Amino acid sequence: MNFIQQLRLGFRSLLLHKLRSALAVLGILIGVTAVIWLVALGEGVSYQAQQQIKNLGATSIIVRTIKPTEEANRESGSRSGISYGLLRDDYDRLLVNVPTITKAMPMREISREVRNGEFAIDSSLVGCTPEYFDINRLAIERGRALSAADMEYLDNVAVLAYEVAEKLFPIEDPLGRAVQIGEEFYVVIGVAEQRTASAAIGGSLAARQYDKDVYIPLSTFRARIGDQVITVRGGTFQNETIELNQITAVVDDMNSVDSSADIIRDLLARYHKSLDYAVVVPKELLEQAETMRTMFNVLLLLIAGISLLVGGIGIMNIMLATVTERTREIGIRRALGATKGEIVQQFLWETVVLSGTGGLLGVAVGFLCGPTVTIVRETISELFPEVWSNLPPNIRDLEPLIAPWSIVAAFGISVGVGIVFGIYPARRAANMDPIEALRHE
Amino acid sequence: MSSVATEAPPASGRAVVASVRNVTKLYRLGGEDVHALAGVSIDFHQGDFVAIMGSSGSGKSTLLNLLGCLDRPTTGQYLLGGNDVATLDDESLSRVRGRYLGFVFQSYNLIQQLSVVENIAVPLAYQRPPNPDGHALCLRLAKLVGLSGRLGHRPNQLSGGQQQRVAIARALVNNPHVILADEPTGNLDTATSIEIMDLLDALNNAGRTIVMVTHEPDIAARAKTVISLRDGKIESITHNDR
Ligand SMILES: Nc1ncnc2c1ncn2[C@@H]1O[C@H](COP(=O)(O)OP(=O)(O)OP(=O)(O)O)[C@@H](O)[C@H]1O
Ligand SMILES: [Mg+2]
Repeated sequence: MNFIQQLRLGFRSLLLHKLRSALAVLGILIGVTAVIWLVALGEGVSYQAQQQIKNLGATSIIVRTIKPTEEANRESGSRSGISYGLLRDDYDRLLVNVPTITKAMPMREISREVRNGEFAIDSSLVGCTPEYFDINRLAIERGRALSAADMEYLDNVAVLAYEVAEKLFPIEDPLGRAVQIGEEFYVVIGVAEQRTASAAIGGSLAARQYDKDVYIPLSTFRARIGDQVITVRGGTFQNETIELNQITAVVDDMNSVDSSADIIRDLLARYHKSLDYAVVVPKELLEQAETMRTMFNVLLLLIAGISLLVGGIGIMNIMLATVTERTREIGIRRALGATKGEIVQQFLWETVVLSGTGGLLGVAVGFLCGPTVTIVRETISELFPEVWSNLPPNIRDLEPLIAPWSIVAAFGISVGVGIVFGIYPARRAANMDPIEALRHE
Repeated sequence: MSSVATEAPPASGRAVVASVRNVTKLYRLGGEDVHALAGVSIDFHQGDFVAIMGSSGSGKSTLLNLLGCLDRPTTGQYLLGGNDVATLDDESLSRVRGRYLGFVFQSYNLIQQLSVVENIAVPLAYQRPPNPDGHALCLRLAKLVGLSGRLGHRPNQLSGGQQQRVAIARALVNNPHVILADEPTGNLDTATSIEIMDLLDALNNAGRTIVMVTHEPDIAARAKTVISLRDGKIESITHNDR
C-alpha cells in the first residue's frame, strides 16, 4: 500500500468512531496550540523588551542618580537637607578618565507644572544637552531640537513632547509661543515625535515615559531652577540637592562596553561614600534578556511537552481500545498475507493520522493567536476602559510573534508523540496470534 | 450418491500443489498432551475439491490452519509451492499465505468499514510486488460472484450469502494455489448453502483447488474427495463419483 492509501485507510478507520477520534485529536490540538501561543506571546514580550533596551543604545552606559536609603540619608544629611547623586564633577571625571567614551550627556530632571494660559500639565522637566535627542533616538516632528547656542546663551527655550504640545496647544501651533514654568517663560522651539516608553530595568531604571517631557537646555535649567528641590512631605519641608540625574556615556565600540562600565564603576565608587547612583549597561540587559528568553522557551517547551504527553496518553488509550475492538480485522489481515510489520504500520499510520490531524489543526489555531489577542484587546478596551488604561504599556502594546520554529517543533512533536504512543498498541495488534484473532468475537 | 473408498489418489497425473508429510500437532495443556494431529500425510493435486469431515475435536480445524500456514506443525513436513513451509518464520509464513492461499471462513470475516470492492482488494495490499491491475481484477471477481451491483455496499448491508460471495471473491484475488474454507456454509440456510456450493463447484471446474472443512454430509458430498479424521488421524479417504 502506498502512502496515500495508508492515510486514507487510517482516516476511514478513525471515522468509525468519530467522537472518540475527535477527542483524541482535540488533546493534541490543545497541546500544539498551547506551544505556538505561549511561544508567540513569549517572543512578543521579549521582542518588546529587546527593542526597548536597544533604544537605550547597545554602546551606551547609563549612570543614574538614586536616592540613598534612609540610614545613609541620616549620616550624610544635615538640617538644611540632603545632597546626593551624580555631580557635575563626575561628568568631567568620566570624560577625562575613560578614553573609550566618545560622547557623554548629562541630564537633570524634575517634576514641574507647565502651563499655557488656562491649559496646564504636570510635566517632567528635563534639562539636557543637544545630544540627548540623538542618543535617545528622539526625533523632532516640528521646529528644531536644542542647540549648542541655546546652551551657551542660557536661552529660555523648550522642546515639548508630542503629548505635552497637544495638551497645551490644542488648537494653535506651539512653535514660537511661550509656556510658563514656575515664574519663567520659555519659547517653544520644537515638538518631538511620539515615542514609546523605554524599558523598565530592575529597580535602577524605571520605564522612561517620554510623553510628559519638556526639554530645556541643561545650563538654563541650572540657572533658572538650580540644584535644590524643596518638596513638602508629611507636613515638613524636604530639601534635596541634586546636581545631575543621569549621565549617558556612549563608548566607541560594543566590545569596550563592559570594560568601560567597570572603569566607570570604580571611578564613581572612589568619589561617592554612599551608593547614590546606579550603573546600567543596556548591552548586559540585552544579554540577560536573551538568556531569559532562552530559559522561557525551554520552560514553555517543557509545559508543551507535558501537554502533548497527556495528548499522547489519550491517543494510546484510544488505540488500545481500537486494537481490541478490531482484533478480528487484524486476524483477517494476517490470514490474507499481512506481516506483523504491515500490521504495525497500519496502526501506526492511524495514530499518526490522529496526532497529525491534531497537529495541523493546532497549527491552524496557532495562527489565530494574533487576531485573538487583537480581539481580546479591543473587547477589554471597549468594555472595561478603566481596567485597560491601568494596564502597563507592555501589556497594552503586546503583539504576539509566531516563531516559525515553534510551529515546526509543535507539529513535529505531535507526530512524534503519535508514533511513540502508537508503537505499543500497534505491536500488541501485530503480536496477536492470527488463529486466536480470527476466533475473537 | 455412490462413493468408493480407495487408498490411491485418482488423478496422479495432475501436479501436486500442496503436500503434508507425517505432520503432528501437539498441544500441551496443563501438563497434559493433546495430539490434535497424530501423523497425517496427504497430497493435494491441482483441481482437487476435498472435504474434510470428522467429529468435533477430531482435528479438522487444526489441519486446515496448518494447511493455511496460520500455524506450524509440531513435527512433519508441509510442501507448498515446492518449498517446505513447516519451518518458516512468521514473516515468511505471511508472505506464503498472501501468495499461495485463499481463505473462506464460516463467519465470512469481512472488514466492516470497507466496501465490497475494497474487501475483495484487501489481499492485494500485501502482494509483493503489487498487482498493477488490482482494481480491474476486483471488479471482474465481483462480477464473477454476482455482486457487480453492490460494489459500494458495506458488509452489514449484505445478506449472509452475499457476504460469503464477497469472501470467495476475496479468496480468489491473489490467484491462490489452494482455497481453504472452514465450514463455508456453516452460517447459511440450505438454499444459500447450495448457491455457495454451486459457486465453489464452478470454481473447481475452472481448475481451482479447494480444501473445505464441513460437518454436513450433503455439503461434503459435493466435493470430489472426502477425508474423514478421527482423533487426529485420517480414518478414510473417499472419492465421490460425481
Ligand atoms: N489452541 C489450542 N490449545 C490447546 N488445544 C487445542 C487448541 N486448538 C485445538 N486444540 C485441541 O485439538 C483438538 C482438535 O481441535 P480442532 O479445533 O482441530 O477440532 P475440530 O475438528 O475443528 O472440531 P470442531 O468440529 O468442533 O471445530 C481438540 O481436542 C482441541 O481441544
Ligand atoms: Mg473446527
